[in-house]
Amino acid sequence: MLEVRGIDTFYDRSQVLFGMELEIREGEVVTLLGRNGMGKTTTIRSIMGLTRAAAGSIRFAGSEIRELPSYRIAQAGIGLVPEGRQIFPNLSVRENLVATAIPRDRAWTFERVVALFPRLAERLSNMGGQLSGGEQQMLAIGRALMTNPRLLILDEATEGLAPLIREEIWACLTQLKAQNQAILVIDKNLDALTRIADRHYVIEKGRVVWSGSSAQLLANPTVQHRYLGV
Amino acid sequence: MILFIEQILNGVQIGLLLFLLAAGLTLVFGIMDLVNLAHGSLYMMGAYFAAVLTKLTGSFFLGALLALPAALLLGIVVEVVALRSLYSRDHLDQVLATFGLILFFNEAAQLVFGVAGMTIPLPEALQGQIQIMPGLPYPTYRFVVVAVGLACALSLYWLVVRTRVGMLIRAGASNREMAGALGVNIARLYTLVFGLGAALAALAGLMAAPITTVRVGMGENILILAFVVIVIGGIGSVRGAFVAAFLVGLLDTVGRAFLPDILTLFINPIQAASLAQGLSSMLIYILMALVLVVRPAGLFPAPGR
Ligand SMILES: Nc1ncnc2c1ncn2[C@@H]1O[C@H](COP(=O)(O)OP(=O)(O)O)[C@@H](O)[C@H]1O
Ligand SMILES: [Mg+2]
Repeated sequence: MLEVRGIDTFYDRSQVLFGMELEIREGEVVTLLGRNGMGKTTTIRSIMGLTRAAAGSIRFAGSEIRELPSYRIAQAGIGLVPEGRQIFPNLSVRENLVATAIPRDRAWTFERVVALFPRLAERLSNMGGQLSGGEQQMLAIGRALMTNPRLLILDEATEGLAPLIREEIWACLTQLKAQNQAILVIDKNLDALTRIADRHYVIEKGRVVWSGSSAQLLANPTVQHRYLGV
Repeated sequence: MILFIEQILNGVQIGLLLFLLAAGLTLVFGIMDLVNLAHGSLYMMGAYFAAVLTKLTGSFFLGALLALPAALLLGIVVEVVALRSLYSRDHLDQVLATFGLILFFNEAAQLVFGVAGMTIPLPEALQGQIQIMPGLPYPTYRFVVVAVGLACALSLYWLVVRTRVGMLIRAGASNREMAGALGVNIARLYTLVFGLGAALAALAGLMAAPITTVRVGMGENILILAFVVIVIGGIGSVRGAFVAAFLVGLLDTVGRAFLPDILTLFINPIQAASLAQGLSSMLIYILMALVLVVRPAGLFPAPGR
């Protein structure tokens, strides 16, 4: 469904991605692993068209999206839960969910999203900025689901959250996977990731240095130690 | 007392006209981060459009009604052709470029509509006066201006607070990139907001036209007041613009009318008269300074700035 081939991405003159590769198939949960500053977020930004890749190819659902504006990429069916949550603080919880909703044949509606996150149900008329970190994270996930994405991308969705809330988020992702939702996850929590994900890409300085299944990753302490600092 | 009520009404009316002008200005400044000096030109063009269309159709109502979509269209063209490339530039570039637009519009208006200026005669129905209370007649037309202004303020409030477009406008104002990444075509939204602002400015211009005359440069003085309004109200806040427009309108009118009398209580009448003249034109700037001391971001600071 998503095929990233040989992309180079720059911030001004400094190159961050060097021929980055990535593939996600229908219904798969795939992770992007690597230490801080290795280019995970930049890969996501390139896919979303927020920082345009200068070379290479990004194909989604059969068409090239590398040069599309980001709103077209979102409309094509990629839902982003960005690093730092970035909910709209000046919109109410309800408005955060419905403002950018894209109804498609897929079934995410306001009611279903609120049912998925009962914590949000109690705070619908609160402003986004008044929510706790965990609630904001759930709102960011709910907001992305409301676009009924074919591929959901989460960048550090459990960063800075209390253990209990983290578990809620992992439970939510497990539920989404069971519904055959394709997901690309970036996270530090290897335990949870190896439980949920099908495949992993480990990146170092803007290129893939290892990829494989959860079982392969668990059986490979060298990769864990060398690239992930475990 | 009667004079006082009359001045208050005048203040309200000027406040509403200012609000119509300031609403577009504050949205464009607050959401697109664009300083648009040419907003006053849209006010002027609205008045010219209405004058010409009134002449053509023989009806002020029809002329005014047709002038609004014309101004909306003009706003959209200006945004797409001239302003779109300015969003990423700094404010100084924007000031220079939109100042250029003022010159362009002034020259163009002179060429097309002539140097003499135009007047819009009021239709019979609006020429009369309404007896508000014994001894206080007030022109019907000014009531209409107040009513239309209030109706616009309410509709705008409804648009921004209650509709999906309003949500997207607010979302785009607080995080443009994120709104885009969720599927919002920000460029189109900006064009729409700019067109809307242009139509509101034009409405203010064409409603002021029958009271004053339509002439080149008519937008410039009032633009300065509108900037004062959006700074007092908080840049980007429609509600702030509404409150501030009333404050400025009332303070300006009431100050000019009563300051001489008030000062006479303390100093001799001749000195009072000359001091009052200077002071009354400074009042709104004094208000602005005071507001900024207490609330540097204005009365209703918009989030995301
Ligand atoms: N906006 C930016 N401008 C310039 N350099 C950036 C910017 N964002 C990230 N970088 C640099 O790009 C590299 C990769 O960053 P990032 O993709 O955020 O890493 P990760 O998400 O893996 O932690 C880092 O060296 C970072 O300093
Ligand atoms: Mg990152």
